[in-house]
Amino acid sequence: MTSMSEPAHAGPPTFFSKQATVARPGFTRWMVPPAALAVHLCIGQAYAFSVFNGPLTKVIGITQSAPEDWSLTTLGWIFSLAIVFLGLSAAFAGKWLEHVGPRRTMFTAACCFGGGFLVSALGVWLHQIVLLYLGYGVIGGIGLGLGYVSPVSTLIRWFPDRRGMATGMAIMGFGGGAMIAAPLSVALMNHFKSATSVGVAETFIVLGIAYFISMSIGALAIRVPPADWKPAGWTPPDTSHKLITRNHVHIDEALKTPQFYLIWLVLFLNVTAGIGILGQASVMIQESFKNTVTPAAAAGFVGLLSLFNMGGRFVWASASDWVGRKNTYFIFFALGAVLYYLVPSFATTGNIALFVLAYCVILSMYGGGFSTVPAYLADMFGTAFVGGIHGRLLTAWAAAGVAGPVLVNYIRAYEVAHGVAKADAYTMTVHIMAALLVVGFICNLLVSRVNEKHHMSELQLANEQ
Amino acid sequence: MNETSTAVTPSSRIGLIVFWAYVLIPLAWGVINTLRQALKLFV
Repeated sequence: MTSMSEPAHAGPPTFFSKQATVARPGFTRWMVPPAALAVHLCIGQAYAFSVFNGPLTKVIGITQSAPEDWSLTTLGWIFSLAIVFLGLSAAFAGKWLEHVGPRRTMFTAACCFGGGFLVSALGVWLHQIVLLYLGYGVIGGIGLGLGYVSPVSTLIRWFPDRRGMATGMAIMGFGGGAMIAAPLSVALMNHFKSATSVGVAETFIVLGIAYFISMSIGALAIRVPPADWKPAGWTPPDTSHKLITRNHVHIDEALKTPQFYLIWLVLFLNVTAGIGILGQASVMIQESFKNTVTPAAAAGFVGLLSLFNMGGRFVWASASDWVGRKNTYFIFFALGAVLYYLVPSFATTGNIALFVLAYCVILSMYGGGFSTVPAYLADMFGTAFVGGIHGRLLTAWAAAGVAGPVLVNYIRAYEVAHGVAKADAYTMTVHIMAALLVVGFICNLLVSRVNEKHHMSELQLANEQ
Repeated sequence: MNETSTAVTPSSRIGLIVFWAYVLIPLAWGVINTLRQALKLFV
Protein backbone atom coordinates (compact mmCIF):
# COMPACT_ATOMS: atom_id res chain seq x y z
CA MET A 1 0.00 0.00 0.00
CA THR A 2 1.49 3.28 -1.04
CA SER A 3 1.60 6.01 1.54
CA MET A 4 0.41 9.42 0.41
CA SER A 5 1.18 11.14 3.67
CA GLU A 6 3.49 14.08 4.02
CA PRO A 7 6.44 13.41 6.31
CA ALA A 8 6.15 14.89 9.78
CA HIS A 9 9.01 17.33 9.08
CA ALA A 10 7.37 18.76 5.95
CA GLY A 11 7.31 22.25 7.47
CA PRO A 12 4.70 24.37 9.17
CA PRO A 13 1.13 23.68 8.09
CA THR A 14 -0.31 26.14 5.61
CA PHE A 15 -3.80 27.61 6.04
CA PHE A 16 -5.33 25.07 3.70
CA SER A 17 -3.43 22.05 4.99
CA LYS A 18 -5.13 19.23 6.84
CA GLN A 19 -3.08 19.93 9.98
CA ALA A 20 -4.27 23.55 10.08
CA THR A 21 -7.89 22.42 10.20
CA VAL A 22 -7.52 20.29 13.32
CA ALA A 23 -9.96 21.70 15.90
CA ARG A 24 -8.57 23.58 18.86
CA PRO A 25 -9.99 23.53 22.41
CA GLY A 26 -13.21 25.55 22.57
CA PHE A 27 -14.43 24.33 19.19
CA THR A 28 -17.85 22.70 19.19
CA ARG A 29 -18.64 19.98 16.69
CA TRP A 30 -22.01 21.64 16.03
CA MET A 31 -20.13 24.20 13.90
CA VAL A 32 -19.41 21.46 11.37
CA PRO A 33 -22.98 20.71 10.13
CA PRO A 34 -23.63 24.33 9.03
CA ALA A 35 -20.20 24.37 7.35
CA ALA A 36 -21.22 21.26 5.43
CA LEU A 37 -24.65 22.73 4.71
CA ALA A 38 -23.08 25.94 3.38
CA VAL A 39 -21.50 23.79 0.67
CA HIS A 40 -24.33 21.33 0.04
CA LEU A 41 -27.00 24.03 -0.19
CA CYS A 42 -24.93 25.60 -3.00
CA ILE A 43 -24.13 22.49 -5.01
CA GLY A 44 -27.75 21.32 -4.65
CA GLN A 45 -28.40 24.04 -7.24
CA ALA A 46 -27.61 21.37 -9.83
CA TYR A 47 -31.13 19.96 -9.52
CA ALA A 48 -32.53 23.38 -10.47
CA PHE A 49 -30.45 23.87 -13.60
CA SER A 50 -33.50 23.20 -15.78
CA VAL A 51 -34.85 26.69 -14.96
CA PHE A 52 -32.19 28.04 -17.35
CA ASN A 53 -33.14 25.76 -20.24
CA GLY A 54 -36.04 27.88 -21.52
CA PRO A 55 -34.16 31.23 -21.47
CA LEU A 56 -31.02 29.58 -22.92
CA THR A 57 -33.03 28.59 -26.01
CA LYS A 58 -33.73 32.31 -26.61
CA VAL A 59 -30.32 33.92 -26.08
CA ILE A 60 -30.28 35.35 -29.62
CA GLY A 61 -34.00 35.61 -30.35
CA ILE A 62 -34.73 37.01 -26.84
CA THR A 63 -38.54 36.79 -27.10
CA GLN A 64 -38.59 33.53 -29.04
CA SER A 65 -36.04 31.01 -30.27
CA ALA A 66 -34.10 32.09 -33.37
CA PRO A 67 -32.74 29.47 -35.82
CA GLU A 68 -29.21 30.05 -34.45
CA ASP A 69 -30.36 29.54 -30.86
CA TRP A 70 -29.44 26.39 -28.92
CA SER A 71 -31.95 23.53 -28.82
CA LEU A 72 -33.08 21.80 -25.63
CA THR A 73 -31.25 18.66 -26.76
CA THR A 74 -27.99 20.62 -27.05
CA LEU A 75 -28.56 22.20 -23.64
CA GLY A 76 -29.45 18.87 -22.01
CA TRP A 77 -25.80 17.85 -22.23
CA ILE A 78 -24.76 20.57 -19.78
CA PHE A 79 -26.54 18.89 -16.85
CA SER A 80 -25.59 15.39 -18.01
CA LEU A 81 -21.91 16.39 -18.16
CA ALA A 82 -22.11 17.94 -14.71
CA ILE A 83 -23.48 14.71 -13.22
CA VAL A 84 -20.89 12.60 -15.06
CA PHE A 85 -18.06 14.80 -13.77
CA LEU A 86 -19.60 14.78 -10.30
CA GLY A 87 -19.28 11.00 -10.30
CA LEU A 88 -15.83 10.98 -11.90
CA SER A 89 -14.31 13.60 -9.62
CA ALA A 90 -15.79 12.00 -6.50
CA ALA A 91 -14.45 8.62 -7.61
CA PHE A 92 -10.98 9.65 -8.77
CA ALA A 93 -10.23 12.42 -6.26
CA GLY A 94 -10.98 10.16 -3.30
CA LYS A 95 -7.36 9.60 -2.29
CA TRP A 96 -6.46 13.24 -2.83
CA LEU A 97 -9.27 14.58 -0.68
CA GLU A 98 -8.39 12.21 2.17
CA HIS A 99 -4.78 13.36 1.86
CA VAL A 100 -5.24 17.14 1.76
CA GLY A 101 -8.22 17.35 4.12
CA PRO A 102 -11.61 19.00 3.85
CA ARG A 103 -10.65 22.68 3.78
CA ARG A 104 -8.55 22.52 0.64
CA THR A 105 -11.05 20.16 -0.99
CA MET A 106 -14.04 22.37 -0.18
CA PHE A 107 -12.22 25.51 -1.29
CA THR A 108 -11.27 23.79 -4.56
CA ALA A 109 -14.94 22.82 -4.93
CA ALA A 110 -15.90 26.49 -4.37
CA CYS A 111 -13.43 27.63 -7.05
CA CYS A 112 -14.65 25.00 -9.51
CA PHE A 113 -18.38 25.48 -8.90
CA GLY A 114 -18.24 29.29 -8.78
CA GLY A 115 -15.70 29.42 -11.62
CA GLY A 116 -17.83 27.07 -13.69
CA PHE A 117 -20.67 29.59 -13.56
CA LEU A 118 -18.33 32.40 -14.67
CA VAL A 119 -17.00 30.37 -17.63
CA SER A 120 -20.61 29.54 -18.52
CA ALA A 121 -21.54 33.23 -18.37
CA LEU A 122 -18.78 33.88 -20.88
CA GLY A 123 -20.20 31.05 -22.98
CA VAL A 124 -23.64 32.68 -23.00
CA TRP A 125 -22.09 36.08 -23.75
CA LEU A 126 -20.09 34.69 -26.72
CA HIS A 127 -22.83 32.18 -27.57
CA GLN A 128 -20.36 29.29 -27.45
CA ILE A 129 -21.99 26.11 -26.16
CA VAL A 130 -18.55 24.51 -25.67
CA LEU A 131 -17.86 27.04 -22.91
CA LEU A 132 -21.08 26.00 -21.12
CA TYR A 133 -20.10 22.34 -21.42
CA LEU A 134 -16.64 23.17 -20.09
CA GLY A 135 -17.85 25.66 -17.47
CA TYR A 136 -20.92 24.21 -15.79
CA GLY A 137 -20.50 20.67 -17.14
CA VAL A 138 -16.85 19.84 -16.56
CA ILE A 139 -15.46 22.45 -14.12
CA GLY A 140 -18.74 22.85 -12.23
CA GLY A 141 -19.24 19.08 -12.20
CA ILE A 142 -15.84 18.60 -10.55
CA GLY A 143 -16.91 21.18 -7.96
CA LEU A 144 -20.08 19.19 -7.37
CA GLY A 145 -18.20 15.95 -6.76
CA LEU A 146 -15.57 17.41 -4.44
CA GLY A 147 -18.13 19.51 -2.58
CA TYR A 148 -20.47 16.56 -2.10
CA VAL A 149 -18.06 14.06 -0.59
CA SER A 150 -15.66 16.04 1.57
CA PRO A 151 -18.03 17.60 4.16
CA VAL A 152 -19.83 14.28 4.58
CA SER A 153 -16.72 12.33 5.56
CA THR A 154 -15.72 15.12 7.97
CA LEU A 155 -19.13 14.99 9.65
CA ILE A 156 -18.87 11.23 10.08
CA ARG A 157 -15.64 11.73 12.05
CA TRP A 158 -17.22 14.36 14.30
CA PHE A 159 -20.36 12.35 15.00
CA PRO A 160 -19.31 8.73 15.57
CA ASP A 161 -22.29 8.44 17.92
CA ARG A 162 -24.82 9.76 15.34
CA ARG A 163 -23.31 9.20 11.93
CA GLY A 164 -26.64 8.92 10.17
CA MET A 165 -28.03 12.13 11.58
CA ALA A 166 -24.84 14.01 10.70
CA THR A 167 -24.69 12.83 7.10
CA GLY A 168 -28.44 13.34 6.84
CA MET A 169 -28.07 17.01 7.73
CA ALA A 170 -25.51 17.66 4.99
CA ILE A 171 -27.14 15.62 2.27
CA MET A 172 -30.51 17.15 3.15
CA GLY A 173 -28.83 20.40 2.09
CA PHE A 174 -28.15 18.94 -1.33
CA GLY A 175 -31.86 18.15 -1.65
CA GLY A 176 -32.83 21.61 -0.42
CA GLY A 177 -30.36 23.55 -2.55
CA ALA A 178 -32.60 23.42 -5.60
CA MET A 179 -35.48 24.86 -3.58
CA ILE A 180 -33.40 27.98 -2.99
CA ALA A 181 -31.76 28.09 -6.41
CA ALA A 182 -34.88 27.73 -8.57
CA PRO A 183 -36.85 30.78 -7.33
CA LEU A 184 -33.63 32.78 -6.84
CA SER A 185 -32.50 32.12 -10.42
CA VAL A 186 -35.91 33.02 -11.84
CA ALA A 187 -35.96 36.25 -9.81
CA LEU A 188 -32.43 37.17 -10.97
CA MET A 189 -33.21 36.43 -14.62
CA ASN A 190 -36.33 38.61 -14.40
CA HIS A 191 -34.25 41.36 -12.81
CA PHE A 192 -31.56 41.30 -15.51
CA LYS A 193 -33.88 40.67 -18.45
CA SER A 194 -33.82 43.44 -21.06
CA ALA A 195 -34.55 44.05 -24.73
CA THR A 196 -31.10 42.69 -25.59
CA SER A 197 -30.60 39.99 -22.97
CA VAL A 198 -32.53 37.09 -21.43
CA GLY A 199 -30.55 37.75 -18.23
CA VAL A 200 -28.87 34.34 -17.99
CA ALA A 201 -25.23 35.50 -18.31
CA GLU A 202 -25.73 38.13 -15.60
CA THR A 203 -27.50 35.59 -13.38
CA PHE A 204 -24.62 33.13 -13.86
CA ILE A 205 -22.14 35.79 -12.74
CA VAL A 206 -24.14 36.65 -9.61
CA LEU A 207 -24.68 32.99 -8.74
CA GLY A 208 -21.04 32.11 -9.42
CA ILE A 209 -19.80 34.79 -7.04
CA ALA A 210 -22.46 34.05 -4.40
CA TYR A 211 -21.79 30.31 -4.46
CA PHE A 212 -18.04 30.85 -4.34
CA ILE A 213 -18.39 33.06 -1.24
CA SER A 214 -20.87 30.76 0.51
CA MET A 215 -18.87 27.62 -0.17
CA SER A 216 -15.64 29.36 0.88
CA ILE A 217 -17.28 30.27 4.21
CA GLY A 218 -18.02 26.58 4.67
CA ALA A 219 -14.41 25.73 3.78
CA LEU A 220 -13.05 28.28 6.26
CA ALA A 221 -15.31 27.08 9.08
CA ILE A 222 -14.68 23.36 8.62
CA ARG A 223 -12.51 21.56 11.18
CA VAL A 224 -11.38 17.99 11.60
CA PRO A 225 -11.30 16.38 15.04
CA PRO A 226 -7.96 15.53 16.68
CA ALA A 227 -6.92 11.93 16.11
CA ASP A 228 -7.94 10.69 19.56
CA TRP A 229 -11.12 12.76 19.85
CA LYS A 230 -14.46 11.27 20.84
CA PRO A 231 -17.69 12.81 22.12
CA ALA A 232 -17.84 13.32 25.87
CA GLY A 233 -19.22 10.29 27.68
CA TRP A 234 -19.40 8.20 24.52
CA THR A 235 -17.86 4.78 24.36
CA PRO A 236 -17.66 2.92 21.08
CA PRO A 237 -20.32 0.19 21.02
CA ASP A 238 -19.43 -3.47 21.35
CA THR A 239 -18.89 -4.52 17.78
CA SER A 240 -18.35 -8.23 18.19
CA HIS A 241 -21.77 -9.20 16.83
CA LYS A 242 -22.56 -6.21 14.65
CA LEU A 243 -21.63 -4.88 11.22
CA ILE A 244 -19.99 -1.82 12.76
CA THR A 245 -16.20 -2.04 12.78
CA ARG A 246 -13.63 -0.18 14.88
CA ASN A 247 -11.01 -0.93 12.24
CA HIS A 248 -10.25 0.85 9.00
CA VAL A 249 -10.06 -0.39 5.43
CA HIS A 250 -7.88 1.41 2.87
CA ILE A 251 -9.66 2.97 -0.07
CA ASP A 252 -7.98 0.60 -2.55
CA GLU A 253 -8.55 -2.42 -0.35
CA ALA A 254 -12.26 -1.60 -0.04
CA LEU A 255 -12.64 -2.25 -3.75
CA LYS A 256 -11.43 -5.80 -3.20
CA THR A 257 -14.28 -6.62 -0.83
CA PRO A 258 -17.67 -8.02 -1.93
CA GLN A 259 -19.29 -5.63 0.55
CA PHE A 260 -18.33 -2.60 -1.55
CA TYR A 261 -20.05 -4.01 -4.64
CA LEU A 262 -23.10 -5.15 -2.70
CA ILE A 263 -23.54 -1.67 -1.22
CA TRP A 264 -22.90 -0.22 -4.70
CA LEU A 265 -25.84 -2.32 -5.95
CA VAL A 266 -27.93 -1.34 -2.92
CA LEU A 267 -27.44 2.35 -3.75
CA PHE A 268 -27.82 1.81 -7.51
CA LEU A 269 -31.12 -0.06 -7.18
CA ASN A 270 -32.55 2.34 -4.60
CA VAL A 271 -31.67 5.37 -6.73
CA THR A 272 -32.83 3.76 -9.99
CA ALA A 273 -36.24 3.08 -8.46
CA GLY A 274 -36.68 6.71 -7.47
CA ILE A 275 -34.88 8.85 -10.03
CA GLY A 276 -36.93 7.82 -13.04
CA ILE A 277 -40.18 8.61 -11.27
CA LEU A 278 -38.84 11.97 -10.06
CA GLY A 279 -38.24 13.11 -13.63
CA GLN A 280 -41.67 11.97 -14.84
CA ALA A 281 -43.77 12.90 -11.79
CA SER A 282 -45.68 15.77 -13.38
CA VAL A 283 -46.64 13.89 -16.54
CA MET A 284 -47.34 10.70 -14.61
CA ILE A 285 -49.92 12.12 -12.22
CA GLN A 286 -51.67 14.00 -15.04
CA GLU A 287 -51.90 10.87 -17.19
CA SER A 288 -52.92 8.66 -14.28
CA PHE A 289 -55.74 11.04 -13.26
CA LYS A 290 -56.76 12.50 -16.59
CA ASN A 291 -59.11 15.52 -16.38
CA THR A 292 -58.71 15.53 -12.59
CA VAL A 293 -55.16 16.82 -12.01
CA THR A 294 -54.32 20.15 -13.66
CA PRO A 295 -50.75 21.13 -14.70
CA ALA A 296 -50.64 23.51 -11.70
CA ALA A 297 -51.66 20.73 -9.33
CA ALA A 298 -49.09 18.45 -10.98
CA ALA A 299 -46.42 21.08 -10.29
CA GLY A 300 -47.63 20.99 -6.68
CA PHE A 301 -47.12 17.22 -6.70
CA VAL A 302 -43.53 17.70 -7.91
CA GLY A 303 -42.96 20.26 -5.13
CA LEU A 304 -44.34 17.85 -2.55
CA LEU A 305 -42.05 15.09 -3.80
CA SER A 306 -39.07 17.47 -3.52
CA LEU A 307 -39.97 18.19 0.09
CA PHE A 308 -40.22 14.49 0.94
CA ASN A 309 -37.00 13.81 -0.97
CA MET A 310 -35.26 16.43 1.16
CA GLY A 311 -36.93 15.54 4.47
CA GLY A 312 -36.30 11.84 3.94
CA ARG A 313 -32.59 12.51 3.73
CA PHE A 314 -32.55 13.72 7.32
CA VAL A 315 -35.30 11.59 8.84
CA TRP A 316 -34.27 8.20 7.46
CA ALA A 317 -30.54 8.74 8.02
CA SER A 318 -31.23 9.83 11.59
CA ALA A 319 -33.50 6.82 12.11
CA SER A 320 -30.70 4.56 10.87
CA ASP A 321 -28.70 5.49 13.99
CA TRP A 322 -31.36 3.65 15.99
CA VAL A 323 -32.51 0.84 13.71
CA GLY A 324 -29.18 0.20 11.96
CA ARG A 325 -28.13 0.89 8.36
CA LYS A 326 -28.89 -2.59 7.07
CA ASN A 327 -32.37 -2.57 8.61
CA THR A 328 -33.03 0.90 7.18
CA TYR A 329 -32.32 -0.38 3.67
CA PHE A 330 -34.49 -3.43 4.36
CA ILE A 331 -37.31 -0.97 5.08
CA PHE A 332 -36.56 0.99 1.89
CA PHE A 333 -36.63 -2.11 -0.29
CA ALA A 334 -39.56 -3.93 1.35
CA LEU A 335 -41.84 -0.92 1.82
CA GLY A 336 -40.80 0.52 -1.55
CA ALA A 337 -41.61 -2.72 -3.39
CA VAL A 338 -45.02 -2.99 -1.71
CA LEU A 339 -45.88 0.64 -2.47
CA TYR A 340 -44.74 0.39 -6.10
CA TYR A 341 -46.87 -2.75 -6.47
CA LEU A 342 -49.93 -1.00 -5.02
CA VAL A 343 -49.62 2.36 -6.82
CA PRO A 344 -51.36 1.28 -10.08
CA SER A 345 -54.39 0.13 -8.08
CA PHE A 346 -54.56 3.57 -6.40
CA ALA A 347 -54.60 5.12 -9.86
CA THR A 348 -57.27 2.81 -11.29
CA THR A 349 -59.56 3.33 -8.28
CA GLY A 350 -59.06 7.11 -8.57
CA ASN A 351 -57.60 7.41 -5.07
CA ILE A 352 -55.35 10.46 -5.48
CA ALA A 353 -54.62 10.79 -1.77
CA LEU A 354 -53.13 7.29 -1.49
CA PHE A 355 -51.35 7.71 -4.84
CA VAL A 356 -49.69 10.92 -3.64
CA LEU A 357 -48.91 9.50 -0.20
CA ALA A 358 -47.31 6.38 -1.71
CA TYR A 359 -45.03 8.41 -3.95
CA CYS A 360 -44.13 10.79 -1.12
CA VAL A 361 -42.99 7.84 1.00
CA ILE A 362 -41.11 6.33 -1.98
CA LEU A 363 -39.30 9.62 -2.65
CA SER A 364 -38.45 10.04 1.03
CA MET A 365 -36.73 6.64 0.84
CA TYR A 366 -34.97 7.66 -2.37
CA GLY A 367 -33.48 10.63 -0.51
CA GLY A 368 -32.84 8.49 2.55
CA GLY A 369 -30.80 6.09 0.43
CA PHE A 370 -28.33 8.85 -0.44
CA SER A 371 -27.89 10.07 3.12
CA THR A 372 -27.72 6.69 4.86
CA VAL A 373 -25.07 5.19 2.59
CA PRO A 374 -22.05 7.21 3.89
CA ALA A 375 -22.84 6.03 7.43
CA TYR A 376 -23.28 2.47 6.12
CA LEU A 377 -19.81 2.70 4.56
CA ALA A 378 -18.30 4.12 7.75
CA ASP A 379 -19.82 1.22 9.71
CA MET A 380 -18.40 -1.33 7.28
CA PHE A 381 -15.02 0.15 6.34
CA GLY A 382 -14.19 2.52 9.22
CA THR A 383 -13.84 6.28 9.00
CA ALA A 384 -10.21 6.73 7.86
CA PHE A 385 -11.00 6.59 4.12
CA VAL A 386 -14.76 6.85 4.11
CA GLY A 387 -14.71 10.01 1.96
CA GLY A 388 -12.76 8.34 -0.81
CA ILE A 389 -14.78 5.12 -0.61
CA HIS A 390 -18.00 7.14 -0.67
CA GLY A 391 -16.72 9.00 -3.71
CA ARG A 392 -16.15 5.75 -5.57
CA LEU A 393 -19.55 4.46 -4.56
CA LEU A 394 -21.18 7.53 -6.13
CA THR A 395 -20.55 5.99 -9.55
CA ALA A 396 -23.70 4.03 -8.65
CA TRP A 397 -25.58 7.34 -8.66
CA ALA A 398 -24.24 8.24 -12.10
CA ALA A 399 -25.19 4.78 -13.42
CA ALA A 400 -28.66 5.01 -11.88
CA GLY A 401 -29.03 8.48 -13.38
CA VAL A 402 -28.90 6.82 -16.78
CA ALA A 403 -30.74 3.58 -15.96
CA GLY A 404 -33.70 5.08 -14.06
CA PRO A 405 -35.00 7.53 -16.65
CA VAL A 406 -34.26 5.08 -19.49
CA LEU A 407 -36.32 2.38 -17.78
CA VAL A 408 -39.26 4.68 -17.11
CA ASN A 409 -39.26 6.46 -20.47
CA TYR A 410 -38.59 3.52 -22.75
CA ILE A 411 -40.94 1.07 -21.08
CA ARG A 412 -43.70 3.68 -21.12
CA ALA A 413 -43.03 4.46 -24.79
CA TYR A 414 -43.06 0.73 -25.62
CA GLU A 415 -46.37 0.23 -23.80
CA VAL A 416 -48.03 3.22 -25.48
CA ALA A 417 -46.72 2.10 -28.90
CA HIS A 418 -48.37 -1.30 -28.31
CA GLY A 419 -51.79 0.16 -27.66
CA VAL A 420 -51.75 0.45 -23.86
CA ALA A 421 -53.71 3.49 -22.61
CA LYS A 422 -51.44 6.27 -21.30
CA ALA A 423 -53.10 6.06 -17.89
CA ASP A 424 -52.14 2.37 -17.64
CA ALA A 425 -48.72 2.68 -19.25
CA TYR A 426 -46.92 3.11 -15.94
CA THR A 427 -48.17 -0.17 -14.46
CA MET A 428 -45.45 -2.29 -16.05
CA THR A 429 -42.82 0.34 -15.16
CA VAL A 430 -43.66 0.49 -11.48
CA HIS A 431 -43.87 -3.29 -11.26
CA ILE A 432 -40.34 -3.46 -12.71
CA MET A 433 -39.29 -0.89 -10.09
CA ALA A 434 -40.80 -3.15 -7.42
CA ALA A 435 -38.82 -6.08 -8.82
CA LEU A 436 -35.60 -4.03 -8.74
CA LEU A 437 -36.24 -3.25 -5.10
CA VAL A 438 -36.65 -6.96 -4.35
CA VAL A 439 -33.21 -7.52 -5.92
CA GLY A 440 -31.91 -4.67 -3.76
CA PHE A 441 -33.37 -6.40 -0.69
CA ILE A 442 -31.41 -9.55 -1.55
CA CYS A 443 -28.17 -7.59 -2.11
CA ASN A 444 -28.61 -5.90 1.25
CA LEU A 445 -29.28 -9.28 2.85
CA LEU A 446 -25.92 -10.54 1.56
CA VAL A 447 -23.95 -7.68 3.19
CA SER A 448 -21.85 -9.07 6.03
CA ARG A 449 -18.83 -7.98 8.09
CA VAL A 450 -15.70 -7.14 6.15
CA ASN A 451 -13.10 -9.88 6.46
CA GLU A 452 -10.33 -8.95 8.93
CA LYS A 453 -7.65 -9.53 6.28
CA HIS A 454 -8.75 -6.22 4.69
CA HIS A 455 -8.25 -4.21 7.89
CA MET A 456 -5.29 -1.83 8.15
CA SER A 457 -2.66 -2.38 10.79
CA GLU A 458 -1.88 0.37 13.32
CA LEU A 459 1.38 1.06 11.47
CA GLN A 460 -0.30 1.34 8.08
CA LEU A 461 -2.89 3.68 9.53
CA ALA A 462 -0.23 5.88 11.16
CA ASN A 463 1.67 6.08 7.88
CA GLU A 464 -1.42 7.10 5.97
CA GLN A 465 -2.40 9.75 8.49
CA MET B 1 -9.28 14.46 23.98
CA ASN B 2 -13.01 14.48 24.36
CA GLU B 3 -15.78 17.02 24.03
CA THR B 4 -15.57 18.17 27.66
CA SER B 5 -12.16 19.68 26.94
CA THR B 6 -13.62 21.68 24.06
CA ALA B 7 -16.26 23.48 26.10
CA VAL B 8 -18.32 26.06 24.20
CA THR B 9 -17.55 29.65 25.17
CA PRO B 10 -20.29 32.36 25.09
CA SER B 11 -18.75 34.02 22.03
CA SER B 12 -18.55 30.77 20.15
CA ARG B 13 -22.17 30.08 21.14
CA ILE B 14 -23.22 33.32 19.42
CA GLY B 15 -21.11 32.38 16.40
CA LEU B 16 -22.80 29.00 16.38
CA ILE B 17 -26.28 30.54 16.36
CA VAL B 18 -25.33 33.01 13.62
CA PHE B 19 -23.78 30.28 11.50
CA TRP B 20 -26.81 28.01 11.83
CA ALA B 21 -29.11 30.94 10.96
CA TYR B 22 -26.94 31.68 7.92
CA VAL B 23 -27.72 28.27 6.43
CA LEU B 24 -31.19 27.63 7.83
CA ILE B 25 -32.83 30.92 6.81
CA PRO B 26 -32.25 30.42 3.06
CA LEU B 27 -33.26 26.77 3.43
CA ALA B 28 -36.47 27.74 5.22
CA TRP B 29 -37.19 30.29 2.47
CA GLY B 30 -36.78 27.58 -0.16
CA VAL B 31 -38.93 25.12 1.77
CA ILE B 32 -41.73 27.67 2.23
CA ASN B 33 -41.66 28.50 -1.49
CA THR B 34 -41.86 24.82 -2.37
CA LEU B 35 -44.60 24.24 0.19
CA ARG B 36 -46.63 27.03 -1.40
CA GLN B 37 -46.20 25.33 -4.75
CA ALA B 38 -47.10 21.95 -3.24
CA LEU B 39 -50.34 23.30 -1.77
CA LYS B 40 -51.61 23.84 -5.32
CA LEU B 41 -52.13 20.09 -5.42
CA PHE B 42 -54.87 20.39 -2.84
CA VAL B 43 -56.75 23.46 -4.12
